[in-house]
Amino acid sequence: MEEKILRLLEQDCCYTHAQIATMLGISVEEVDAQIASLFEKGIILKYIALIDWEKTDREFVTAHIELRVTPQRGEGFDKVAERIYQYPEVKSVYLMSGGYDLGVTIEGRTLKEVALFVAEKLAPMEFVLSTKTHFVLKKYKQNGIIFDTPKEDERRMISL
Amino acid sequence: MNIKSMLSPAVTGMKPSGIRKFFDIVSTMPDAISLGVGEPDFVTPWHIRDAGIYSLEKGKTYYTSNSGLLELREEICNYLARRFGVSYAPEGEVVVTVGGSEAIDLCIRALISPGDEVLIPEPSFVCYTPCTQLAGGVPVPIVTKAEDNFKLTPKALKAAITPRTKLLILPFPNNPTGAVMTEDDLRGIADVLRDTNIFVLSDEIYAELTYGMRHFSFAHIKGMKERTILVSGFSKAFAMTGWRLGYACGHKDIISAMTKIHQYAIMSSPTTSQFAAIEAMKNGEADAEEMAAEYDHRRRIILEGIRQIGLSCFEPFGAFYIFPDITVTGMDSEEFCEALLREEKVAVVPGTAFGSSGEGFVRCSYAYSISSINKALERIDRFVSRHK
Repeated sequence: MEEKILRLLEQDCCYTHAQIATMLGISVEEVDAQIASLFEKGIILKYIALIDWEKTDREFVTAHIELRVTPQRGEGFDKVAERIYQYPEVKSVYLMSGGYDLGVTIEGRTLKEVALFVAEKLAPMEFVLSTKTHFVLKKYKQNGIIFDTPKEDERRMISL
Repeated sequence: MNIKSMLSPAVTGMKPSGIRKFFDIVSTMPDAISLGVGEPDFVTPWHIRDAGIYSLEKGKTYYTSNSGLLELREEICNYLARRFGVSYAPEGEVVVTVGGSEAIDLCIRALISPGDEVLIPEPSFVCYTPCTQLAGGVPVPIVTKAEDNFKLTPKALKAAITPRTKLLILPFPNNPTGAVMTEDDLRGIADVLRDTNIFVLSDEIYAELTYGMRHFSFAHIKGMKERTILVSGFSKAFAMTGWRLGYACGHKDIISAMTKIHQYAIMSSPTTSQFAAIEAMKNGEADAEEMAAEYDHRRRIILEGIRQIGLSCFEPFGAFYIFPDITVTGMDSEEFCEALLREEKVAVVPGTAFGSSGEGFVRCSYAYSISSINKALERIDRFVSRHK
């Protein structure tokens, strides 16, 4: 049941508890309790909106940085990641397999701002071996949502 | 020259769908919400579309054999055995058709001689009666009732059988009521048919869309397979309506007769669709299940909403329709639908479109997003409160 609730909330966190209860055929009280416990356990972190900022006037750039780093004795990559994710400019940090170690997403107002952040904040860190910066040109899909989905229902009435 | 007078009387005698002009109005209202459409709102899963595209890239643009690609027929047989425990031979007992609709037409034309009676439970999908008439047969409606959860009862069936009865249509899970027939229900029907020579056209196009229970195929009942023509297709289970692909399975003599008609009228079903369908049969079950789970959420939301509004409605366990009783408003089905569209801009389909026994009911499709369903429910609520 926990997974079913999570899947619904992942689709749309604006569903009311009553709607979720109806969809899953359980009581509202049970939904209340389950969701409270999911927050409690830190499984649900936050409800947020998925925004296509491209459609607004806001000026911003996003970059994916490939970082190769030296893991720290006794603390491995976690300590390194922590030093990096504390920056508010850093939107996400992943530990990766393959050609580099940490995948970091950075957001800034301009190309220069992001480039400087990498050059001045990330690259000089003693455990950072190399950085490779890739700027995002266009976002097509995020969190399973395609950004330019036609809204119109193209189905027609036929013979029922 | 009076062209109209020269048309075949068999066609001029056919009732046109009265719903058409009604829904032409809907398309001119930009803020109308429709719960009218009887097809999935999902797009065909990408891997299935991709298989179709790939077949085009490979230049597979030829006709297939009349009965369909052998690989597809094999996959259909595997699927039916795996999902519903019914076994058919890919060579001889399967024909791939242009949608389940063509399979229905072929089956009726292959079996019915002028004067033969065809038993049609109603309310039901609109094609059985005209197809029967075109074949010279006599459609005999059997009314199913809300108090029986719109199931066909052995008693009603027995009462409708005459020496001329040739074929029974078994349209479950049902469009428009959403009714299903369980294994026990179907065994009751089988008992009535056992000592007769009546054939059964089991239209199982909604078999993947049952909720809280697995679909049971009539052909699975011992002794019934030989007389049953199982009709199904890809439209509803895999959201493939526009690909126009279905199939029929049954006794080789019947399938061979149906294939003969198919071969002259259609030649072979669309090749691209057949390649896509192979992928659907091989790797599409998870998609079908995911879509069914989503429909189930909507079904519960709309049923709860309709009941809260104060319309009585039996719980449908199949397809993607609910069939509420609207008599509390004092209107008949058509009046209700017209007024609801005019006053609140919500389109639903009058029950009478599916046979006169649909009077007093309307069909609401829940092949719509939850937000559309909720918006429609709010409007229906306002409408019904005003007219109760």
